Amino acid sequence: MADNKNKNTCSCACEFSKGIIKENPLLVLLLGTCPALAVTTSAWDGVGMGLAATFVLVLSNLVISLLRNIIPDRVRIPSYITIIASLVTILQLFLEAYLPDLNKSLGIFIPLITVNCIILGRAEAYANKKPVLPSIFDGLGMGVGFTIALFLIGSIREILGSGSFFNIAIPFVGGDNILQPILIFALPPGGFAIFGLLIAISNKLNAHFYARQPAELMDHEHYPGSIYDYQNTLLEAETRDAILAGGQLDGAFPQIVERKGE
Amino acid sequence: MIDIAKILFTVILLNNIVLSQFLGVCSFLGLTTDLKNSMGMSFAVIFVMVVSSAITQPIFQYLLVPNNLEYLQTVVFILVIASAVQILEAIIKKVFPPLYKGMGIYLPLITTNCAILGIMLVNIQESYTFFESLVNGFGAGVSYMLAMFLFVGVRKKMAQAKIPAFFEGLPAALVAAAIVSVSFNGFKGVLENIFGR
Repeated sequence: MADNKNKNTCSCACEFSKGIIKENPLLVLLLGTCPALAVTTSAWDGVGMGLAATFVLVLSNLVISLLRNIIPDRVRIPSYITIIASLVTILQLFLEAYLPDLNKSLGIFIPLITVNCIILGRAEAYANKKPVLPSIFDGLGMGVGFTIALFLIGSIREILGSGSFFNIAIPFVGGDNILQPILIFALPPGGFAIFGLLIAISNKLNAHFYARQPAELMDHEHYPGSIYDYQNTLLEAETRDAILAGGQLDGAFPQIVERKGE
Repeated sequence: MIDIAKILFTVILLNNIVLSQFLGVCSFLGLTTDLKNSMGMSFAVIFVMVVSSAITQPIFQYLLVPNNLEYLQTVVFILVIASAVQILEAIIKKVFPPLYKGMGIYLPLITTNCAILGIMLVNIQESYTFFESLVNGFGAGVSYMLAMFLFVGVRKKMAQAKIPAFFEGLPAALVAAAIVSVSFNGFKGVLENIFGR
């Protein structure tokens, strides 16, 4: 960050690095939880999924940033989804041709990259208002951060659950040895537990190094379909119900009161 | 008939859409703090799941396959789901206002819910017929509802427990989800005994 001359704009290097630790999409922003739980039974699957998502993320950021002045604001979400779905189709054809094994083990989670909240979220929060080059680096950083997090979950689950690492058996584990792999970590419950533990550790580190809670970082309106987006909807519904029931909150939430009149 | 029952019970109990197939985890973790909201969302998911199964399966079978366009399935399905949700929202708002009041606000959230697109892709992958797709879609919706319903109870108890500060909220919820998920593995033997494998 030494070459960052202008204090207002973030250099490409810092766009790249923020996605890895400070704003890690999976462990801090909690985006893209579905693939993080489903395809992390082995380290290689996790890395493969991460690289596939990085590919789509970089290209979608590039395309959306190029088209940011052309796409009308009202139809931007459908346009972004179409762009992302086309990129995912390209990726799927590529994987079928050159990496059939990876394609088979990732299964439906390759086409499901389309609805991954990271990609739509970065398009909404970043690429649609920033120039091309920073958008590419932002996509790359977020993608690498996602890959590292998936690699972490994948390696822990593979070492504990299958007694191997990148498909190489760990000596003295499994077979006739006393040390046996703990099968539950390779099953769905292990995914939930390991992911929960890693988020707890990342919360602790965040509070320690940056003195902030992850939720403060999130602008939920920019991340359609993320956990915070749902929680926000829930809050909105509760406030609306309260207004409809008693009217005691009148005037406190102008935009919600407007909605009542619809 | 036995095939239909097998699809239905497998998707509801054994391959629970949230806890075993990991589809729709975001909405599951985001909404299960409140029973009313999670039930509203579940009904909306069941509804959209059945409707989009009924639309996407014929489109794939009669439009994409004869023209050798199978590779377009992701693009076509996501657009069909997005537009179906928009149209449904408008229709429900006009025709069934009470229903809209119950689940209207959840409908826009459903487009980005990976459970719907995921089940549509499973229907195609398993080459289900039209009726089987409908059953699978309905069953997936019910299993989503079951998972939500169970987990709301768990989270309600958890809210009263003393949890270390950095574990509070989602990390604790995920560890609890792991334990709920273990219980669904218990159905494996039951279903194998009934339907054979």
